[in-house]
Amino acid sequence: MEDPLVIAGESFGSRLIMGTGGAPSLDVLEAALVASGTEITTVAMRRVDPASAGSVFDVLARTGVRPLPNTAGCFTARDAVRTAELARDALETDWLKLEVVADERTLLPDPIELVDAAEQLVDAGFVVLAYTNDDPVLARRLADLGCAAVMPLGSPIGSGMGIVNPYNLAMIVERAEVPIILDAGIGTASDATIAMELGCDGVLLASAVTRAEQPVVMATAMRHAVTAGRLAARAGRIPRRRHAEASTSSAGRADLIAPVRGP
Amino acid sequence: MATSITVRLNDSDVELPAGATVQSLVEHVGVEVRGTAVARNGEVAPRSQWPETRLADGDHVELLSVARGG
Repeated sequence: MEDPLVIAGESFGSRLIMGTGGAPSLDVLEAALVASGTEITTVAMRRVDPASAGSVFDVLARTGVRPLPNTAGCFTARDAVRTAELARDALETDWLKLEVVADERTLLPDPIELVDAAEQLVDAGFVVLAYTNDDPVLARRLADLGCAAVMPLGSPIGSGMGIVNPYNLAMIVERAEVPIILDAGIGTASDATIAMELGCDGVLLASAVTRAEQPVVMATAMRHAVTAGRLAARAGRIPRRRHAEASTSSAGRADLIAPVRGP
Repeated sequence: MATSITVRLNDSDVELPAGATVQSLVEHVGVEVRGTAVARNGEVAPRSQWPETRLADGDHVELLSVARGG
């Protein structure tokens, strides 16, 4: 059953996007990426460390997973735009996960800087996937100004608290004209399934896999969780009811009352 | 004319011959070029222009590469 995730006209068979942050080693990261089935993975731009052995680039080359550079660690629109330009030069891709956070403690997106950066980057020809708050109005503004995908958080980055405001997320999905990808806050497989059941087009996660006790096993769980949630969303769940409703028809039930006989 | 220049590379000072370019700096550091990007004095120095982009004494160069994250 073909059901691709389409972003900016490009199709992906997997609706799970995995980040590369937090993995204990490149070997574990590589195994987890493969197990997750992801076709896109986020990477950051950082100062060159000539002493570091091996590179995430080798992992991407071996696995064939497409890199999606991010602007992690940027607090202003200016920083985010510069970082995006550097990433475009380094990776020869216009695709960008835009992330502009307000402070280290919450890592929550700064909406003012985010919109400013998104406008500049869309104008400069970037395919912007914007990490944002679970604010339906802000999500709509980002889509309206030309972001290719809007990526609301479930809860703060790395918190593992799941989707704390499913009502907001449902509102974002209902109005969406671009793919909505739940980004940040996933703790375990059921969180990813809930995101998909709520109607998200995809899930982006990193820590939930890379910091799990067994990252490769969790990556496998996430792969199935996203698929299950997507299928369930498409299948259409039954309405919730206040009382029970028998699944077995009462027609044709046996009469098991013993006959009353004479004295 | 001075025979050498000093540029600030990430967090350290590097002495280079006068006339050094971004290309020669990247070669001097010895990093792999793929996945690498350079900002010079806060602006992107596009890779296609590294061979012609001359560095000046006191330039601030950020040499970045793709890393795990996000």
